[in-house]
Amino acid sequence: MSGSRRLLIIGGVALAVWGMSYGLWYAVFAEHQALDSIGASLAESFAAAADRSPAIMETSLDRYRQAKYIYDRQVDVHGHWIGLAMLLIVLGIGFDRVSFSERFKLFLALGLLLGAVIFPLGVLLQTTSHGPLPRAIAIAGSAFVIATLLGSAVGVVIRASSRASAG
Amino acid sequence: MKSVSVSPASKPNLLATESELASFSPLSARRLLLLGGIGLILSGMIFGDIFAVFTLHQNAAQVGANLAAAAQAALVGDRHAVLANFKNVGAFLENRGTKVDTHVHMIDFGYLALLLAILQPWVAFTDKFKKRIAWVFLAGAWLLPIGVYLIHYVGLAYSPLKTIGWASIAADFGGVLVLIATLACLIGLWMHFRRESVSPADRLLTDRSTEGRMLFAGGIALVLLGFLHGAYYAAADLYKHEAQDYSLLAQMSAGAAAGARIVVNNALSDYGQLQGAKAVNIAAHAHSIEFGLLAIMMAFFQPYVSLRKSWKCRWAGVLLLGSLSLPVCILLEMRYGLVAGGLADFAGLMVIFALLAMWIGILRYTGELDDASVTSASESGLPQ
Repeated sequence: MSGSRRLLIIGGVALAVWGMSYGLWYAVFAEHQALDSIGASLAESFAAAADRSPAIMETSLDRYRQAKYIYDRQVDVHGHWIGLAMLLIVLGIGFDRVSFSERFKLFLALGLLLGAVIFPLGVLLQTTSHGPLPRAIAIAGSAFVIATLLGSAVGVVIRASSRASAG
Repeated sequence: MKSVSVSPASKPNLLATESELASFSPLSARRLLLLGGIGLILSGMIFGDIFAVFTLHQNAAQVGANLAAAAQAALVGDRHAVLANFKNVGAFLENRGTKVDTHVHMIDFGYLALLLAILQPWVAFTDKFKKRIAWVFLAGAWLLPIGVYLIHYVGLAYSPLKTIGWASIAADFGGVLVLIATLACLIGLWMHFRRESVSPADRLLTDRSTEGRMLFAGGIALVLLGFLHGAYYAAADLYKHEAQDYSLLAQMSAGAAAGARIVVNNALSDYGQLQGAKAVNIAAHAHSIEFGLLAIMMAFFQPYVSLRKSWKCRWAGVLLLGSLSLPVCILLEMRYGLVAGGLADFAGLMVIFALLAMWIGILRYTGELDDASVTSASESGLPQ
Protein backbone atom coordinates (compact mmCIF):
# COMPACT_ATOMS: atom_id res chain seq x y z
CA MET A 1 0.00 0.00 0.00
CA SER A 2 1.27 3.47 -0.90
CA GLY A 3 2.45 5.95 1.72
CA SER A 4 -0.29 8.45 0.89
CA ARG A 5 -3.08 5.92 1.41
CA ARG A 6 -1.48 4.70 4.61
CA LEU A 7 -1.18 8.26 5.91
CA LEU A 8 -4.84 9.02 5.16
CA ILE A 9 -6.18 5.78 6.68
CA ILE A 10 -4.06 5.76 9.85
CA GLY A 11 -4.41 9.53 10.24
CA GLY A 12 -8.16 9.31 9.68
CA VAL A 13 -8.79 6.54 12.22
CA ALA A 14 -6.52 8.30 14.74
CA LEU A 15 -8.39 11.58 14.20
CA ALA A 16 -11.73 9.75 14.64
CA VAL A 17 -10.51 8.30 17.95
CA TRP A 18 -9.32 11.77 19.01
CA GLY A 19 -12.63 13.40 17.99
CA MET A 20 -14.65 10.77 19.85
CA SER A 21 -12.48 11.12 22.97
CA TYR A 22 -13.01 14.87 22.86
CA GLY A 23 -16.78 14.37 22.42
CA LEU A 24 -16.90 11.95 25.33
CA TRP A 25 -14.97 14.32 27.59
CA TYR A 26 -17.24 17.15 26.52
CA ALA A 27 -20.47 15.18 27.09
CA VAL A 28 -19.41 14.06 30.57
CA PHE A 29 -17.68 17.15 31.94
CA ALA A 30 -18.83 20.23 30.03
CA GLU A 31 -22.03 19.96 27.97
CA HIS A 32 -24.67 19.80 30.71
CA GLN A 33 -23.01 22.62 32.62
CA ALA A 34 -22.78 24.73 29.44
CA LEU A 35 -26.47 24.21 28.60
CA ASP A 36 -27.49 25.05 32.17
CA SER A 37 -25.42 28.22 32.04
CA ILE A 38 -26.90 29.30 28.69
CA GLY A 39 -30.48 28.71 29.83
CA ALA A 40 -30.06 30.25 33.28
CA SER A 41 -28.33 33.43 32.06
CA LEU A 42 -30.94 34.06 29.34
CA ALA A 43 -33.82 33.47 31.77
CA GLU A 44 -32.16 35.75 34.32
CA SER A 45 -31.77 38.57 31.78
CA PHE A 46 -35.49 38.49 30.94
CA ALA A 47 -36.40 38.20 34.63
CA ALA A 48 -34.21 41.27 35.26
CA ALA A 49 -36.08 43.04 32.47
CA ALA A 50 -39.33 42.20 34.27
CA ASP A 51 -37.82 43.67 37.47
CA ARG A 52 -36.70 46.74 35.47
CA SER A 53 -33.04 46.11 36.44
CA PRO A 54 -31.02 47.01 33.33
CA ALA A 55 -27.62 46.38 34.92
CA ILE A 56 -28.40 42.76 35.86
CA MET A 57 -30.10 42.31 32.50
CA GLU A 58 -26.98 43.34 30.58
CA THR A 59 -24.64 41.28 32.74
CA SER A 60 -26.82 38.19 32.29
CA LEU A 61 -27.10 38.69 28.52
CA ASP A 62 -23.34 39.06 28.29
CA ARG A 63 -22.93 35.79 30.21
CA TYR A 64 -25.38 34.18 27.77
CA ARG A 65 -23.38 35.46 24.78
CA GLN A 66 -20.11 34.11 26.18
CA ALA A 67 -21.57 30.72 27.08
CA LYS A 68 -23.35 30.33 23.72
CA TYR A 69 -20.23 31.36 21.79
CA ILE A 70 -18.15 28.70 23.55
CA TYR A 71 -20.85 26.01 23.36
CA ASP A 72 -21.39 26.42 19.60
CA ARG A 73 -17.69 26.11 18.90
CA GLN A 74 -17.11 23.13 21.17
CA VAL A 75 -19.94 21.22 19.48
CA ASP A 76 -18.67 22.24 16.02
CA VAL A 77 -15.17 21.02 16.84
CA HIS A 78 -16.42 17.55 17.82
CA GLY A 79 -18.52 17.22 14.66
CA HIS A 80 -15.87 18.55 12.30
CA TRP A 81 -13.02 16.41 13.67
CA ILE A 82 -15.04 13.22 13.25
CA GLY A 83 -16.55 14.25 9.91
CA LEU A 84 -13.14 15.11 8.50
CA ALA A 85 -11.70 11.89 9.93
CA MET A 86 -14.28 9.88 7.97
CA LEU A 87 -13.42 11.85 4.85
CA LEU A 88 -9.70 11.04 5.34
CA ILE A 89 -10.45 7.33 5.72
CA VAL A 90 -12.78 7.14 2.73
CA LEU A 91 -10.34 9.05 0.53
CA GLY A 92 -7.49 6.85 1.77
CA ILE A 93 -9.41 3.76 0.69
CA GLY A 94 -10.09 5.19 -2.77
CA PHE A 95 -6.86 7.14 -3.25
CA ASP A 96 -5.60 4.74 -5.91
CA ARG A 97 -8.26 6.30 -8.18
CA VAL A 98 -6.40 9.63 -8.05
CA SER A 99 -4.17 9.88 -11.10
CA PHE A 100 -1.08 11.76 -9.88
CA SER A 101 2.48 10.76 -9.01
CA GLU A 102 2.89 9.20 -5.56
CA ARG A 103 4.97 12.22 -4.49
CA PHE A 104 2.14 14.63 -5.31
CA LYS A 105 -0.44 12.32 -3.76
CA LEU A 106 1.62 12.27 -0.56
CA PHE A 107 1.62 16.07 -0.66
CA LEU A 108 -2.19 16.08 -1.07
CA ALA A 109 -2.62 13.57 1.75
CA LEU A 110 -0.39 15.61 4.08
CA GLY A 111 -2.30 18.80 3.26
CA LEU A 112 -5.62 17.09 3.87
CA LEU A 113 -4.51 15.61 7.19
CA LEU A 114 -3.02 18.92 8.32
CA GLY A 115 -6.18 20.81 7.35
CA ALA A 116 -8.42 18.24 9.07
CA VAL A 117 -6.44 18.65 12.31
CA ILE A 118 -5.94 22.43 12.41
CA PHE A 119 -9.31 23.63 11.08
CA PRO A 120 -11.28 22.44 14.15
CA LEU A 121 -8.30 23.31 16.36
CA GLY A 122 -8.54 26.93 15.19
CA VAL A 123 -12.26 26.91 16.00
CA LEU A 124 -11.51 25.47 19.45
CA LEU A 125 -8.84 28.12 20.11
CA GLN A 126 -11.47 30.80 19.47
CA THR A 127 -12.99 29.83 22.81
CA THR A 128 -9.83 30.95 24.61
CA SER A 129 -8.86 33.94 22.48
CA HIS A 130 -10.94 36.38 20.45
CA GLY A 131 -7.85 37.61 18.57
CA PRO A 132 -7.17 37.07 14.86
CA LEU A 133 -4.79 34.09 15.26
CA PRO A 134 -7.35 31.34 16.02
CA ARG A 135 -9.56 32.57 13.19
CA ALA A 136 -6.56 32.61 10.83
CA ILE A 137 -5.71 29.02 11.84
CA ALA A 138 -9.29 27.90 11.19
CA ILE A 139 -9.38 29.64 7.80
CA ALA A 140 -5.99 28.16 6.82
CA GLY A 141 -7.17 24.69 7.87
CA SER A 142 -10.39 24.88 5.88
CA ALA A 143 -8.46 26.24 2.87
CA PHE A 144 -6.09 23.24 3.09
CA VAL A 145 -9.01 20.82 3.19
CA ILE A 146 -10.88 22.40 0.27
CA ALA A 147 -7.77 22.82 -1.91
CA THR A 148 -6.53 19.26 -1.38
CA LEU A 149 -10.01 17.81 -1.90
CA LEU A 150 -10.30 19.80 -5.13
CA GLY A 151 -6.87 18.43 -6.14
CA SER A 152 -8.01 14.88 -5.41
CA ALA A 153 -11.21 15.40 -7.42
CA VAL A 154 -9.16 16.66 -10.37
CA GLY A 155 -6.98 13.54 -10.07
CA VAL A 156 -10.06 11.32 -10.21
CA VAL A 157 -11.48 13.20 -13.22
CA ILE A 158 -8.15 13.01 -15.12
CA ARG A 159 -8.02 9.26 -14.54
CA ALA A 160 -11.64 8.79 -15.59
CA SER A 161 -11.21 10.84 -18.79
CA SER A 162 -7.94 9.08 -19.71
CA ARG A 163 -9.67 5.70 -19.23
CA ALA A 164 -12.58 6.87 -21.35
CA SER A 165 -10.30 8.04 -24.17
CA ALA A 166 -8.26 4.81 -23.98
CA GLY A 167 -11.45 2.75 -24.07
CA MET B 1 -7.03 -18.24 -6.75
CA LYS B 2 -9.97 -20.58 -7.01
CA SER B 3 -13.32 -18.94 -7.78
CA VAL B 4 -16.65 -20.18 -6.59
CA SER B 5 -19.59 -19.55 -8.87
CA VAL B 6 -22.24 -18.18 -6.63
CA SER B 7 -25.17 -17.79 -8.93
CA PRO B 8 -26.18 -18.41 -12.53
CA ALA B 9 -24.59 -16.57 -15.40
CA SER B 10 -27.42 -14.06 -15.45
CA LYS B 11 -25.71 -12.42 -12.49
CA PRO B 12 -22.11 -12.01 -13.64
CA ASN B 13 -21.10 -9.76 -10.75
CA LEU B 14 -21.54 -12.53 -8.23
CA LEU B 15 -18.23 -14.26 -8.54
CA ALA B 16 -16.56 -14.70 -5.21
CA THR B 17 -13.00 -15.77 -4.44
CA GLU B 18 -12.16 -18.07 -1.54
CA SER B 19 -10.60 -15.19 0.39
CA GLU B 20 -13.80 -13.26 -0.10
CA LEU B 21 -15.85 -16.17 1.17
CA ALA B 22 -13.66 -16.12 4.26
CA SER B 23 -13.67 -12.35 4.80
CA PHE B 24 -17.42 -12.09 4.22
CA SER B 25 -18.49 -15.34 5.91
CA PRO B 26 -21.62 -15.41 8.11
CA LEU B 27 -21.19 -13.25 11.22
CA SER B 28 -17.71 -12.19 10.11
CA ALA B 29 -16.58 -8.75 11.24
CA ARG B 30 -17.00 -7.27 7.76
CA ARG B 31 -20.50 -8.63 7.31
CA LEU B 32 -21.56 -7.52 10.80
CA LEU B 33 -20.21 -4.02 10.29
CA LEU B 34 -21.58 -3.68 6.77
CA LEU B 35 -25.13 -4.85 7.49
CA GLY B 36 -25.16 -3.28 10.95
CA GLY B 37 -23.77 -0.02 9.54
CA ILE B 38 -26.37 0.28 6.78
CA GLY B 39 -29.04 -0.68 9.33
CA LEU B 40 -27.87 2.16 11.59
CA ILE B 41 -27.85 4.66 8.72
CA LEU B 42 -31.32 3.61 7.57
CA SER B 43 -32.72 3.76 11.11
CA GLY B 44 -31.13 7.17 11.66
CA MET B 45 -32.50 8.50 8.36
CA ILE B 46 -36.03 7.17 8.94
CA PHE B 47 -35.93 8.57 12.46
CA GLY B 48 -34.74 11.91 11.03
CA ASP B 49 -37.52 12.01 8.45
CA ILE B 50 -40.20 11.18 11.05
CA PHE B 51 -38.70 13.80 13.37
CA ALA B 52 -38.62 16.42 10.57
CA VAL B 53 -42.24 15.80 9.58
CA PHE B 54 -43.92 15.33 12.96
CA THR B 55 -41.75 17.09 15.55
CA LEU B 56 -39.27 19.65 14.24
CA HIS B 57 -41.59 22.42 13.05
CA GLN B 58 -44.07 21.94 15.89
CA ASN B 59 -41.21 22.07 18.37
CA ALA B 60 -39.78 25.24 16.81
CA ALA B 61 -43.25 26.83 17.03
CA GLN B 62 -43.48 25.92 20.74
CA VAL B 63 -40.03 27.37 21.45
CA GLY B 64 -41.01 30.58 19.64
CA ALA B 65 -44.36 30.79 21.44
CA ASN B 66 -42.79 30.32 24.88
CA LEU B 67 -40.03 32.83 24.14
CA ALA B 68 -42.70 35.32 23.03
CA ALA B 69 -44.70 34.62 26.18
CA ALA B 70 -41.56 35.19 28.28
CA ALA B 71 -40.93 38.50 26.53
CA GLN B 72 -44.55 39.58 27.01
CA ALA B 73 -44.36 38.59 30.68
CA ALA B 74 -41.20 40.70 31.06
CA LEU B 75 -43.07 43.55 29.39
CA VAL B 76 -45.75 43.51 32.11
CA GLY B 77 -43.19 42.93 34.87
CA ASP B 78 -44.21 39.34 35.73
CA ARG B 79 -40.94 37.68 36.80
CA HIS B 80 -42.50 34.33 37.71
CA ALA B 81 -44.17 33.97 34.30
CA VAL B 82 -40.82 34.79 32.64
CA LEU B 83 -39.04 32.00 34.50
CA ALA B 84 -41.90 29.54 33.90
CA ASN B 85 -41.84 30.22 30.17
CA PHE B 86 -38.07 29.87 30.00
CA LYS B 87 -38.38 26.54 31.78
CA ASN B 88 -40.67 25.46 28.94
CA VAL B 89 -38.22 26.80 26.33
CA GLY B 90 -35.46 24.74 27.97
CA ALA B 91 -37.60 21.60 27.92
CA PHE B 92 -38.53 22.03 24.26
CA LEU B 93 -34.93 22.75 23.28
CA GLU B 94 -33.74 19.68 25.18
CA ASN B 95 -36.37 17.58 23.41
CA ARG B 96 -35.25 18.91 20.02
CA GLY B 97 -31.52 18.69 20.80
CA THR B 98 -31.64 15.08 21.96
CA LYS B 99 -33.65 14.04 18.86
CA VAL B 100 -31.15 15.75 16.55
CA ASP B 101 -28.25 14.12 18.41
CA THR B 102 -29.93 10.70 18.12
CA HIS B 103 -30.34 11.16 14.35
CA VAL B 104 -26.77 12.43 13.82
CA HIS B 105 -25.00 9.86 16.01
CA MET B 106 -26.90 6.92 14.53
CA ILE B 107 -25.96 7.94 10.99
CA ASP B 108 -22.36 8.83 11.82
CA PHE B 109 -21.78 5.55 13.64
CA GLY B 110 -23.27 3.80 10.60
CA TYR B 111 -20.75 5.57 8.38
CA LEU B 112 -17.90 4.64 10.68
CA ALA B 113 -19.10 1.02 10.68
CA LEU B 114 -19.03 0.98 6.85
CA LEU B 115 -15.50 2.40 6.83
CA LEU B 116 -14.30 -0.14 9.37
CA ALA B 117 -15.98 -2.89 7.30
CA ILE B 118 -13.91 -1.88 4.27
CA LEU B 119 -10.73 -1.74 6.37
CA GLN B 120 -11.19 -5.20 7.97
CA PRO B 121 -8.75 -7.09 5.70
CA TRP B 122 -6.01 -4.68 6.87
CA VAL B 123 -6.72 -5.13 10.58
CA ALA B 124 -4.04 -7.57 11.79
CA PHE B 125 -6.06 -9.57 14.33
CA THR B 126 -7.62 -13.02 14.27
CA ASP B 127 -11.10 -13.33 12.77
CA LYS B 128 -12.52 -14.17 16.18
CA PHE B 129 -11.09 -11.05 17.78
CA LYS B 130 -12.21 -8.86 14.88
CA LYS B 131 -15.71 -10.28 15.29
CA ARG B 132 -15.67 -9.30 18.97
CA ILE B 133 -14.54 -5.79 18.08
CA ALA B 134 -17.40 -5.52 15.59
CA TRP B 135 -19.96 -6.61 18.22
CA VAL B 136 -18.57 -4.12 20.75
CA PHE B 137 -18.73 -1.36 18.14
CA LEU B 138 -22.32 -2.16 17.17
CA ALA B 139 -23.45 -2.45 20.80
CA GLY B 140 -22.02 0.98 21.56
CA ALA B 141 -23.32 2.45 18.30
CA TRP B 142 -26.90 1.48 19.26
CA LEU B 143 -26.59 2.23 22.98
CA LEU B 144 -25.42 5.84 22.54
CA PRO B 145 -28.30 7.11 20.36
CA ILE B 146 -30.92 5.20 22.36
CA GLY B 147 -29.47 6.66 25.57
CA VAL B 148 -29.44 10.16 24.07
CA TYR B 149 -33.06 9.74 22.91
CA LEU B 150 -34.12 8.77 26.44
CA ILE B 151 -32.41 11.74 28.15
CA HIS B 152 -35.47 13.95 27.70
CA TYR B 153 -37.82 11.32 29.16
CA VAL B 154 -35.68 9.86 31.96
CA GLY B 155 -34.21 13.17 33.16
CA LEU B 156 -32.45 12.95 36.52
CA ALA B 157 -34.72 10.23 37.98
CA TYR B 158 -32.80 8.06 40.52
CA SER B 159 -29.53 9.54 39.28
CA PRO B 160 -26.60 9.60 41.69
CA LEU B 161 -25.25 12.74 39.95
CA LYS B 162 -26.46 16.35 40.01
CA THR B 163 -26.53 17.15 36.30
CA ILE B 164 -26.24 13.78 34.50
CA GLY B 165 -29.06 11.22 34.47
CA TRP B 166 -29.01 7.46 33.85
CA ALA B 167 -29.82 7.89 30.15
CA SER B 168 -26.78 10.15 29.75
CA ILE B 169 -24.63 7.65 31.61
CA ALA B 170 -25.82 4.87 29.28
CA ALA B 171 -25.13 7.07 26.25
CA ASP B 172 -21.63 7.90 27.50
CA PHE B 173 -20.95 4.20 28.09
CA GLY B 174 -22.04 3.53 24.49
CA GLY B 175 -19.57 6.17 23.37
CA VAL B 176 -16.80 4.46 25.36
CA LEU B 177 -17.59 1.12 23.65
CA VAL B 178 -17.39 2.70 20.18
CA LEU B 179 -14.17 4.44 21.15
CA ILE B 180 -12.59 1.20 22.39
CA ALA B 181 -13.59 -0.68 19.22
CA THR B 182 -12.25 2.06 16.93
CA LEU B 183 -9.02 2.26 18.93
CA ALA B 184 -8.63 -1.52 18.61
CA CYS B 185 -9.04 -1.22 14.83
CA LEU B 186 -6.42 1.54 14.78
CA ILE B 187 -3.98 -0.73 16.64
CA GLY B 188 -4.76 -3.58 14.24
CA LEU B 189 -4.15 -1.34 11.24
CA TRP B 190 -0.92 -0.06 12.75
CA MET B 191 0.29 -3.63 13.31
CA HIS B 192 -0.55 -4.53 9.72
CA PHE B 193 1.30 -1.56 8.26
CA ARG B 194 4.32 -2.09 10.53
CA ARG B 195 4.72 -5.66 9.31
CA GLU B 196 4.73 -4.42 5.70
CA SER B 197 2.76 -7.48 4.73
CA VAL B 198 1.20 -7.64 1.29
CA SER B 199 -2.31 -6.22 1.15
CA PRO B 200 -4.90 -8.96 0.74
CA ALA B 201 -6.76 -9.04 -2.57
CA ASP B 202 -10.06 -7.25 -2.14
CA ARG B 203 -12.63 -6.99 -4.91
CA LEU B 204 -14.26 -4.02 -3.17
CA LEU B 205 -11.22 -1.86 -3.85
CA THR B 206 -10.61 -2.85 -7.47
CA ASP B 207 -14.18 -2.56 -8.73
CA ARG B 208 -14.60 0.11 -11.43
CA SER B 209 -18.21 -0.55 -12.45
CA THR B 210 -20.38 2.24 -13.91
CA GLU B 211 -22.54 2.52 -10.79
CA GLY B 212 -19.44 2.53 -8.56
CA ARG B 213 -17.83 5.33 -10.57
CA MET B 214 -21.11 7.29 -10.60
CA LEU B 215 -21.36 7.11 -6.82
CA PHE B 216 -17.66 7.87 -6.24
CA ALA B 217 -17.57 10.93 -8.52
CA GLY B 218 -21.00 12.15 -7.37
CA GLY B 219 -19.98 11.70 -3.74
CA ILE B 220 -16.81 13.75 -4.13
CA ALA B 221 -18.81 16.49 -5.90
CA LEU B 222 -21.36 16.55 -3.05
CA VAL B 223 -18.64 16.74 -0.39
CA LEU B 224 -16.97 19.60 -2.27
CA LEU B 225 -20.28 21.46 -2.65
CA GLY B 226 -20.91 21.04 1.06
CA PHE B 227 -17.43 22.36 1.93
CA LEU B 228 -17.76 25.35 -0.37
CA HIS B 229 -21.19 26.18 1.03
CA GLY B 230 -19.85 25.83 4.60
CA ALA B 231 -16.89 28.09 3.83
CA TYR B 232 -19.17 30.68 2.23
CA TYR B 233 -21.56 30.57 5.20
CA ALA B 234 -18.69 30.90 7.70
CA ALA B 235 -17.21 33.85 5.78
CA ALA B 236 -20.43 35.70 4.95
CA ASP B 237 -23.04 34.92 7.60
CA LEU B 238 -21.81 33.02 10.66
CA TYR B 239 -20.39 35.93 12.68
CA LYS B 240 -23.18 38.23 11.47
CA HIS B 241 -25.78 35.72 12.68
CA GLU B 242 -24.05 35.38 16.06
CA ALA B 243 -24.03 39.15 16.52
CA GLN B 244 -27.70 39.36 15.47
CA ASP B 245 -28.65 36.61 17.92
CA TYR B 246 -27.27 38.63 20.80
CA SER B 247 -28.53 42.01 19.60
CA LEU B 248 -32.11 40.75 19.04
CA LEU B 249 -32.24 39.20 22.52
CA ALA B 250 -30.87 42.45 23.93
CA GLN B 251 -33.55 44.40 22.03
CA MET B 252 -36.21 42.05 23.40
CA SER B 253 -35.17 42.39 27.02
CA ALA B 254 -34.38 46.12 26.82
CA GLY B 255 -37.69 46.72 25.02
CA ALA B 256 -39.49 44.75 27.73
CA ALA B 257 -37.75 46.72 30.49
CA ALA B 258 -38.75 49.99 28.79
CA GLY B 259 -42.32 48.82 28.17
CA ALA B 260 -41.91 49.14 24.38
CA ARG B 261 -44.19 46.43 23.01
CA ILE B 262 -43.47 47.16 19.33
CA VAL B 263 -39.71 46.77 19.83
CA VAL B 264 -40.27 43.43 21.59
CA ASN B 265 -42.61 42.13 18.90
CA ASN B 266 -40.29 43.17 16.05
CA ALA B 267 -37.30 41.59 17.77
CA LEU B 268 -39.27 38.37 18.35
CA SER B 269 -40.24 38.18 14.70
CA ASP B 270 -36.67 38.83 13.51
CA TYR B 271 -35.32 36.29 16.01
CA GLY B 272 -37.55 33.57 14.56
CA GLN B 273 -36.33 34.38 11.04
CA LEU B 274 -32.71 34.34 12.21
CA GLN B 275 -33.05 30.93 13.87
CA GLY B 276 -34.59 29.59 10.65
CA ALA B 277 -31.77 31.00 8.51
CA LYS B 278 -29.11 29.50 10.80
CA ALA B 279 -30.82 26.11 10.89
CA VAL B 280 -31.25 25.73 7.12
CA ASN B 281 -27.67 26.75 6.36
CA ILE B 282 -26.17 24.35 8.87
CA ALA B 283 -28.50 21.52 7.79
CA ALA B 284 -27.73 22.04 4.08
CA HIS B 285 -23.97 22.05 4.77
CA ALA B 286 -24.08 18.93 6.95
CA HIS B 287 -26.41 16.92 4.71
CA SER B 288 -24.48 17.64 1.53
CA ILE B 289 -21.22 16.38 3.06
CA GLU B 290 -22.80 13.39 4.81
CA PHE B 291 -24.65 12.23 1.70
CA GLY B 292 -21.45 12.70 -0.30
CA LEU B 293 -19.58 10.46 2.13
CA LEU B 294 -22.39 7.91 1.97
CA ALA B 295 -22.26 7.85 -1.84
CA ILE B 296 -18.47 7.31 -1.82
CA MET B 297 -18.79 4.50 0.72
CA MET B 298 -21.59 2.80 -1.18
CA ALA B 299 -19.44 3.03 -4.33
CA PHE B 300 -17.00 0.59 -2.71
CA PHE B 301 -19.75 -1.86 -1.77
CA GLN B 302 -21.35 -2.10 -5.23
CA PRO B 303 -19.74 -5.53 -5.95
CA TYR B 304 -21.75 -6.87 -2.99
CA VAL B 305 -25.08 -5.49 -4.28
CA SER B 306 -26.78 -8.43 -5.92
CA LEU B 307 -29.15 -6.63 -8.29
CA ARG B 308 -29.26 -6.35 -12.09
CA LYS B 309 -26.72 -3.87 -13.44
CA SER B 310 -29.42 -1.58 -14.82
CA TRP B 311 -31.10 -1.45 -11.41
CA LYS B 312 -27.82 -0.80 -9.65
CA CYS B 313 -27.30 2.23 -11.91
CA ARG B 314 -30.86 3.42 -11.30
CA TRP B 315 -30.55 3.18 -7.52
CA ALA B 316 -27.17 4.95 -7.65
CA GLY B 317 -28.88 7.73 -9.64
CA VAL B 318 -31.76 7.93 -7.16
CA LEU B 319 -29.32 8.14 -4.24
CA LEU B 320 -27.35 10.96 -5.90
CA LEU B 321 -30.47 12.86 -6.99
CA GLY B 322 -31.96 12.68 -3.49
CA SER B 323 -28.60 13.64 -1.95
CA LEU B 324 -28.38 16.77 -4.10
CA SER B 325 -32.07 17.73 -3.88
CA LEU B 326 -32.31 17.53 -0.09
CA PRO B 327 -29.76 20.25 0.79
CA VAL B 328 -30.96 22.45 -2.10
CA CYS B 329 -34.60 22.18 -0.95
CA ILE B 330 -33.57 22.83 2.66
CA LEU B 331 -31.89 26.08 1.53
CA LEU B 332 -35.05 27.05 -0.37
CA GLU B 333 -37.20 26.58 2.75
CA MET B 334 -36.57 30.18 3.85
CA ARG B 335 -38.10 31.45 0.60
CA TYR B 336 -40.71 28.84 -0.28
CA GLY B 337 -41.63 27.52 3.17
CA LEU B 338 -43.43 24.22 3.52
CA VAL B 339 -43.40 23.42 -0.22
CA ALA B 340 -39.61 23.28 -0.19
CA GLY B 341 -39.73 21.49 3.17
CA GLY B 342 -41.99 18.82 1.69
CA LEU B 343 -39.68 18.40 -1.28
CA ALA B 344 -36.73 18.07 1.09
CA ASP B 345 -38.55 15.32 2.99
CA PHE B 346 -39.28 13.57 -0.32
CA ALA B 347 -35.60 13.83 -1.29
CA GLY B 348 -34.73 12.25 2.06
CA LEU B 349 -37.10 9.40 1.23
CA MET B 350 -35.36 8.92 -2.14
CA VAL B 351 -32.05 8.44 -0.33
CA ILE B 352 -33.68 6.04 2.14
CA PHE B 353 -35.26 3.94 -0.62
CA ALA B 354 -32.04 3.79 -2.64
CA LEU B 355 -30.07 2.73 0.42
CA LEU B 356 -32.73 0.19 1.36
CA ALA B 357 -32.56 -1.28 -2.16
CA MET B 358 -28.77 -1.58 -1.91
CA TRP B 359 -29.08 -3.15 1.55
CA ILE B 360 -31.53 -5.74 0.19
CA GLY B 361 -29.10 -6.39 -2.67
CA ILE B 362 -26.30 -7.00 -0.18
CA LEU B 363 -28.55 -9.30 1.88
CA ARG B 364 -29.29 -11.30 -1.30
CA TYR B 365 -25.58 -11.51 -1.94
CA THR B 366 -24.87 -12.86 1.55
CA GLY B 367 -27.55 -15.53 1.05
CA GLU B 368 -26.07 -16.57 -2.30
CA LEU B 369 -22.56 -16.57 -0.84
CA ASP B 370 -23.59 -18.76 2.10
CA ASP B 371 -25.48 -21.09 -0.21
CA ALA B 372 -22.41 -21.42 -2.45
CA SER B 373 -20.06 -22.12 0.45
CA VAL B 374 -22.40 -24.89 1.72
CA THR B 375 -22.61 -26.40 -1.78
CA SER B 376 -18.85 -26.15 -2.22
CA ALA B 377 -18.25 -27.87 1.13
CA SER B 378 -20.68 -30.70 0.37
CA GLU B 379 -19.08 -31.26 -3.07
CA SER B 380 -15.63 -31.54 -1.50
CA GLY B 381 -16.94 -34.03 1.08
CA LEU B 382 -16.35 -31.73 4.06
CA PRO B 383 -18.83 -31.90 6.93
CA GLN B 384 -21.34 -29.06 6.73
